[in-house]
Amino acid sequence: MTALDRKVLRDLGRLWAQALAVALVLASGVATLVLAMGAYRSLDETREAYYERYRFGHVFAHATRAPDSLIVRIAAIEGVAAVEGRVVESVLLDVPGLEAPATAIAVSLPDHGEPSVNRLYLRTGRLPEPGRPDEVAVNENFATENRLSPGSAISALMDGVKRTLTITGTVLSPEYVYALGPGSLVPDNRHFGILFMSRRALGSVFDMEGAFDDLSLRLLRGADEQSVIAALDLLLAPYGGTGAYGRKDQLSHAFLDGELTQLLAMARIIPPIFLLVSAYLINMILSRLIALEREQVGLLKALGYSGLQIGVHYLKLVVVIACVGVVVGFAAGTWLGAGLTRLYGEFYSFPFLIFQWSVGTYLAAGAVGIAAAVVGALRAVHGAVALPPAIAMRPPAPPVFHHISFDVFGRLGLFSQLTVMALRHLWRWPLRAALSALGTSLAVSLLVVALFSFDSVEFMVDMLFFQSDRQDATISFAHARPPAVREAVLQLPGVMAAEPFQAVPVLLRHGHRERRLAITGKPMATDLSRVLDLDLQPVVLPETGLVLSERVAAILDVQRGDLVEVELLEGHRRSVRVPVAEVIQSYLGLMVFMNLEALWKLTGEGPRVSGMHVAIDEAKLSALYAAVKETPVVGSVALLDATRLKFRETIEQNMLVMTTVYVVLSVIIAFGVVYNSARIQLSERARELAGLRVLGFTRWEVSRVLLVELAIVTVLAQPLGWALGYGFAYAVIAGFESDLYRVPFVVERDTFAVASLVVMAAATASALLVRRRVDTLDLIRVLKTRD
Amino acid sequence: MDGAAADGFDPASGPHQPVFVIEGVSKLYRTGEVEVRALNGVDAVLYEGELTVLLGPSGSGKSTLLNILGGLDKPSEGTVRFRGRELSAFSERQLTLYRRDHVGFVFQFYNLIPSLTALENVALVTEIARRPMKPEEALERVGLAPRMDHFPAQLSGGEQQRVAIARAIAKRPEVLLCDEPTGALDSQTGIRVLEALSAINAELATATAIITHNAAIQAIAHRVFTFADGRISEMRENESRVSPSEISW
Ligand SMILES: Nc1ncnc2c1ncn2[C@@H]1O[C@H](COP(=O)(O)OP(=O)(O)OP(=O)(O)O)[C@@H](O)[C@H]1O
Ligand SMILES: [Mg+2]
Repeated sequence: MTALDRKVLRDLGRLWAQALAVALVLASGVATLVLAMGAYRSLDETREAYYERYRFGHVFAHATRAPDSLIVRIAAIEGVAAVEGRVVESVLLDVPGLEAPATAIAVSLPDHGEPSVNRLYLRTGRLPEPGRPDEVAVNENFATENRLSPGSAISALMDGVKRTLTITGTVLSPEYVYALGPGSLVPDNRHFGILFMSRRALGSVFDMEGAFDDLSLRLLRGADEQSVIAALDLLLAPYGGTGAYGRKDQLSHAFLDGELTQLLAMARIIPPIFLLVSAYLINMILSRLIALEREQVGLLKALGYSGLQIGVHYLKLVVVIACVGVVVGFAAGTWLGAGLTRLYGEFYSFPFLIFQWSVGTYLAAGAVGIAAAVVGALRAVHGAVALPPAIAMRPPAPPVFHHISFDVFGRLGLFSQLTVMALRHLWRWPLRAALSALGTSLAVSLLVVALFSFDSVEFMVDMLFFQSDRQDATISFAHARPPAVREAVLQLPGVMAAEPFQAVPVLLRHGHRERRLAITGKPMATDLSRVLDLDLQPVVLPETGLVLSERVAAILDVQRGDLVEVELLEGHRRSVRVPVAEVIQSYLGLMVFMNLEALWKLTGEGPRVSGMHVAIDEAKLSALYAAVKETPVVGSVALLDATRLKFRETIEQNMLVMTTVYVVLSVIIAFGVVYNSARIQLSERARELAGLRVLGFTRWEVSRVLLVELAIVTVLAQPLGWALGYGFAYAVIAGFESDLYRVPFVVERDTFAVASLVVMAAATASALLVRRRVDTLDLIRVLKTRD
Repeated sequence: MDGAAADGFDPASGPHQPVFVIEGVSKLYRTGEVEVRALNGVDAVLYEGELTVLLGPSGSGKSTLLNILGGLDKPSEGTVRFRGRELSAFSERQLTLYRRDHVGFVFQFYNLIPSLTALENVALVTEIARRPMKPEEALERVGLAPRMDHFPAQLSGGEQQRVAIARAIAKRPEVLLCDEPTGALDSQTGIRVLEALSAINAELATATAIITHNAAIQAIAHRVFTFADGRISEMRENESRVSPSEISW
């Protein structure tokens, strides 16, 4: 081993604490990228594999009642690989131990063999036997939430008839990865489940023998979805077909996709910010660290080493540090990514997980990290090599201090000479001070980015559930009812107010753009379920015309006043041109509203409502639940209270993990940066400080010079950090926007405060560590050589 | 003075080539508005095998001249030729090779690498030199063999200085430039170091220049240059040299 290589090892040994801190900063940056991309790729791959192995359908359709004989003709459509006609009905459940009514969707299973589309993964027990009307399999989450297992009994209100069902097994279905009940924004597995029953049994209960009302089909590779949908619509039209649709509009898929897209957005925005910031930081730190070696660079040059040899020597040092960082980052990122994948996998109840690591992510993260270190080192080495060795070997010339106003304070006795010394030092090297402050402020900004999402979610929960949807429950009817049903609902025990709504599935078309959506009809002014704009002001629905959310307007490329073609997907299936009365900015993505009476005119089927939003007297809740469980007209009940809790729980649980990871990584970065800044400051000034000690100043007085500087830099860094963090957070929010919703951009003051507190704590800890070094400063040694 | 330079070296000890020819060398340092003329028109010739002692008050420019001869700095005016090649015209690469292959330098401030032991500090040079002696041998010559595994911080100032000298002689240089090599040494150790330097000077006909504030040392030189205000104010040949062991301070 050459003497120079030995120097690399010794320097690493000497600087281990700093080297480790730098390596951890880089590791944090690398880990975020690896974990986020890894989790995304794994989940995406898992979903793909799940869909394929369990034959998730490509096209879905509903009808009122179509004969089984139609299946053969559907299977003959060009591009169709497999068809499964089913009976799918909504039922109301009375689950033991659950006071509130639960809603379920009953799905039929073929009596012979496995379904050719949407196969089930059997988790426990067995599937119901053909023809047994009292046997059901339920989706695993519903069973878990309600402590149901094979053998448990539940009671169901099916088509007005009460039955007792025995659970034979628990299953997973690719079709219901995301089990969303009608009118819910998040899965509420306690109050919403999926029942799988024998086709013969379900058919006889719902009078669907020899017929089906729901259809799923798989396409051949390369088949044209649009033409299959068109052909299918033609075949189903006589049987009340409501328009076939692809995966894009399948509820579970759309939500899952939305979440994965958001995960990807997260992976594309936050980790690169972390990686680039950490890369910049290690670049800055290593460059300052190497700049301290100026005299040694001069000496090596004087001894006959070439600039290249010297450069390579220092590169070895930083590359070792960077490699440690990258390797730790890879390991931590992979581990965290796997953990996150498992967590999400559990949340989505995938039957299996595929871990997929993209080599590209590792390469990119590693390359960025090492390049940043190398560039930082070369910058500093170049600076020293460019000097003639005679100059480089001298300690940097004592700077020419200017007499600036601090001296006045000194003379006035406001600050001690030592404080003036610290201030003057900062003033003398403003760039160095600015860089230290920038490093610290970047640490603050990462914390802001890591923490702020909670603020936005809090705001969103408040906006959605306390400002917009203020009802206590939403009752949906199995079939649309005349508005007079409101009187009946008001008669239910505990119901204090009821607001009708109607949801009409339509195809909106403008030019060649189209989108399948539901128009929600509401009374002109509502009190429970309100339409709000971005300022949270209620929107009064105009007498006629559509009110579109911005997102829908963008998808259809329409403005206020434009005519949109509305194709009704139920009933008459006619097309009407309706003007856009208003485009509103809203936090919810795909929303189309219309005045209820105008909607009735549009459908031409007379006044109908799909459900009621109700306000409930909590004291009479039990009586209401009991009544609803016995009321045949009620298709489902969504309890907002449960939803509220669930929503917060779901989002916060998901976010908490992510956020915790990001916060921990930002804390590491903050500490690494501040600690290194302090250590470098100490090295830069060791001689001067030792000199002061020799002159008779106490340890405390001497370390105060350093601490005052550190404190000033840290304080100056805060506002800059807030500003940078605000900017980064904005970029993150912009990346989060999806069809489903726009995340409000809210950063509370608390977030800034917490970020600052964390960084200041890191600074204090660093200061204490560095102060210990000042205390143990070996005067002789420092004055003799340089550490 | 020119005349003295031309025939200044004792021809009796054999045919000697000039190693350095210094002509009109000046050096200006500028820091902010302050301008310091460290050297102000120096002319001199240094010969192969010759041992020169440079004397002069602090700040008179001795170190500056030595730095220029060692390729550590460039003159602001004038030329320095090393064996007929103009040093000030050397490229960065040529300068590196020049320092590596020809020059042994003892710096005024010992300038050791703190993270390397005495032995490793010497090895730093022998590893890249053409025909070096073993680092142990170089340390032996300055009497530091027993301390070779110590780090600079564990050595006294004088010991550090001797490591620096061992480092300079270890490559068997053609040119040995020593900036106050005995400044921190007691007379006994100082003499030992001077013996090591003059042995190299004699064995390899190394052109040797030694800066010192110690007038006693001039007795071992072939010639003595005295500096004042950036010039060589006096250049004197020693009629009778004495060996280092015969002097004391
Ligand atoms: N890098 C520099 N920048 C500015 N001035 C310098 C620099 N190096 C040397 N000087 C000045 O040049 C002059 C000559 O310096 P030099 O080091 O050659 O003196 P010296 O004769 O070696 O003195 P000493 O015996 O104290 O070592 C001094 O006045 C010194 O302050
Ligand atoms: Mg000097």
